[in-house]
Amino acid sequence: MSIRIDSKICIGCGRCHDVCPGTLIKFDCDHRAYIKYPRDCWGCTSCVKECPVSAIRFYLGADIGGQGSMLHTEQEGEILRWIIEHPDGRTTEIQVNRKESNQY
Amino acid sequence: MKKEFLHTDVLIIGGGTAGCWAALTIAEQSDRQVLICEKAHIRRSGCLAAGVNALNAYITEGHTPQDYADYCMHDAAGIAREDLLVTMSERLNSVTRRLEQLGLVILKDAAGNYVSRGWRNIKINGENIKPLLADAVLALDQVTVLNRVNIIDFEVQDNRICGAYGIGIENDTFYVIQADAVIVATGGAAGLYKPNNPGFSRHKMWYPPFNTGAGYAMGIRHGAEMTTFEMRFIALRCKDTIAPTGTLAQGVGARQINSLGEVYEQKYGLTTSERVYGTVNENQEGRGPCFLRTEGISDEQQDSLMKAYLNMAPSQTLKWIETGHGPASQNVEIEGTEPYIVGGHTASGYWVDTGRATTIRGLYAAGDVCGGAPQKYVTGALAEGEIAAESVLHFLLDCDHASIPQEHIDAHLHEIGHFLSDRNTLYTTEQLEEAMQTVMDSYAGGIKTNYRYNAGQLALADEKIRQIEALSDTLHASDFQELMYIYELRERLTVCRSVIAHLAARQETRWHSFAEHLDYPDRDDAHWNVYVNSRMENGEIRVILRDLVTGKGCHYEHQD
Repeated sequence: MSIRIDSKICIGCGRCHDVCPGTLIKFDCDHRAYIKYPRDCWGCTSCVKECPVSAIRFYLGADIGGQGSMLHTEQEGEILRWIIEHPDGRTTEIQVNRKESNQY
Repeated sequence: MKKEFLHTDVLIIGGGTAGCWAALTIAEQSDRQVLICEKAHIRRSGCLAAGVNALNAYITEGHTPQDYADYCMHDAAGIAREDLLVTMSERLNSVTRRLEQLGLVILKDAAGNYVSRGWRNIKINGENIKPLLADAVLALDQVTVLNRVNIIDFEVQDNRICGAYGIGIENDTFYVIQADAVIVATGGAAGLYKPNNPGFSRHKMWYPPFNTGAGYAMGIRHGAEMTTFEMRFIALRCKDTIAPTGTLAQGVGARQINSLGEVYEQKYGLTTSERVYGTVNENQEGRGPCFLRTEGISDEQQDSLMKAYLNMAPSQTLKWIETGHGPASQNVEIEGTEPYIVGGHTASGYWVDTGRATTIRGLYAAGDVCGGAPQKYVTGALAEGEIAAESVLHFLLDCDHASIPQEHIDAHLHEIGHFLSDRNTLYTTEQLEEAMQTVMDSYAGGIKTNYRYNAGQLALADEKIRQIEALSDTLHASDFQELMYIYELRERLTVCRSVIAHLAARQETRWHSFAEHLDYPDRDDAHWNVYVNSRMENGEIRVILRDLVTGKGCHYEHQD
C-alpha cells in the first residue's frame, strides 16, 4: 500500500506534503515531492486527491494482492474522476459526484 | 534546535475529529484563546483522513438518546458509563445538523428528512468531512493551529496540568506551551500488536497508524486514572485491504458465511466482538476462509458500492477492479485485524467525570482517548469535544494560572539532547517497534494466538515489554522526525504495559476475542460487573476496581 510520485509531472506545489497524515512526503533538491517512507503509507489517498496535476499514483502492495494497477484522480468541478490504469494499458474510470451521498 | 515559549488559555492536543470540534465550541461560546497542536496537518489528520462511509451514531425518528446508550451498554456487555453515553447521545443530532451546515452532504428523502441505514446510521458523502472541519477551524481568529508539532509530554505540578512540551518535526523546534486548561484529543493507539500484513503494507490497517496512544501514555505516566484497557477493539474487515465490512453487511444485507457457504453469524451472536469471534472460530475449526456473501447483488448495487468505497477506502475498489472480481461476482473475504486500544469503539481510555474532566486537574479528554463511552464514532467524538470544551470554559472561570518552572523545561531539553546526540547504538527504533509487536502478538493475545492469552503469557509479555522499554533509552535520532518516532515507540510501550496489566486483572471472559482469558473462559457477573481502572504509581501499574455507573439520569464526579 503506497504511492508513487512522478517527478516529471510534479510542480512542487507542496500540497501533498501538507495533507499527508503521516508526514511521509518530502522534497528532493529540485523541490519535487517524493515519498520518503513508502512502507509507512496508510493508503488514505489524501495526497492523490490533493495533487493539482495528477502526478501521484496509488497502488496496492504485492503482499496484499496488488497486481500492478495504479489509481489516480482528476477533478472537474464537483466530479471526482477515479482512474485506474491497468498494467496492460487499459484504463477503468469511475466518476463520483462529491455532492451526492453514498447509497449504502 | 530552536526554542519557542507559547502561552494560551486552552491547549488542544490533537486536531482530529474531537479536537477540531472542541475548538469550534470554545470559539462559539467565548473569546478564549485556543492553540491546537497537531502532529500532522489538520486538513487530513486523524481518523477521518480518507473520509468516512456513514454517520453511525444518530438518533432517528421514534428513538431516543437513551435507546442509543442502551445499545452501547449492551454491546459492551455492561462495562460502559451510562452517564457518558447519554450525555453524548443527547448531542448526536445537533452536531449532525451543524456538520451539514459546514457542508457535509447527507442523503435526504423527498420530504427533506435524512435517509437512515438502520435505526442509528445516516447516509452521507464523507470523503471531504475532514477538510470541512479544518476549514471551519482555520477561519477562527482566536484559534491558532500549529501543524507538524508533536506533543511529547504534559507539564503537571501537584496533579494540576500547566501545559505541555512539543517538538516541531519539520522545523527542529522545541516548544514549551503554558496553558490554563488542556483538552487531550490525540485518538487511540494502533501499532501495539503485529499487524495483519507486517511487510511492505504494514500500515494498511483499520485505525490510523499515526495514532500511537500519545494521550494515553502521557496521562498514564503522570498518574491519571485510566479505565477498561482490557477491552481491546478488533475490527472485522475485508481481507488484505482492511476496508470496512459494515457497508456490505448493512448496505446490501451481506451475511457472514464460511467456506461451506453456511451463514454462521447466528451461532455466535451479533455484537461487535461476537462477529469477530465467530470468524476466528470458523477458521480455527477448518471452515475458513470466511466471507461476506455478496455474490448475486445487482450491477447497480455493485456500482454504488464501488463509489461508496472510493469515498472512504479506495483500496477496496482498486482491488475489485484490478482483480476483475467485483462483489457481485465474488464474495468478499473477511478477517479480524490486530487489536487496537480505541475509546471511540470500546470503552478504553481516561477515567473522566460526566463533564469529561480527567483525574488530573485542568485536563479534559474527548474522542478516542476518552474512556467509558464506546460506539462514539464521528458524531459521538464531536459531541464529546463539545462537552469537554464547555467544561473547560466553566473551569477557566475560577482557576489558578499555570506556570512552568525552568528546571522542568531543562529536564526535557536534556532528554531530547540525549536522543539527538551522536552515539553508536545497536538497535533502531524500527527494530524495537517490531520487537514490541512480536511480544504483544505472541504473549498478549494477538492474531498469532487467535486473540487468546493466559496469565503465564501475560507475565512474559510484561517482562519483555519492560526490557524493550529499557532498550529504548539507548535509541538515537538523526533528525526531529526520527525523534518523534522514538517518542511514539515509548508511548506505545507505556500503553502496552497498561494493556497487559488490565488483561491480567479481569479474570473472566466477558467479550470474546476482545479479552479472551483462557484461564477464565467464562463470564463471571458475580465478581466482574465492575470497571477495571488503573493508575501508574512509581513506575508500576496499580489496578483499581470501581462500581458501575449506570441508571437513568446518573452523574459521576471524581471522589478520590
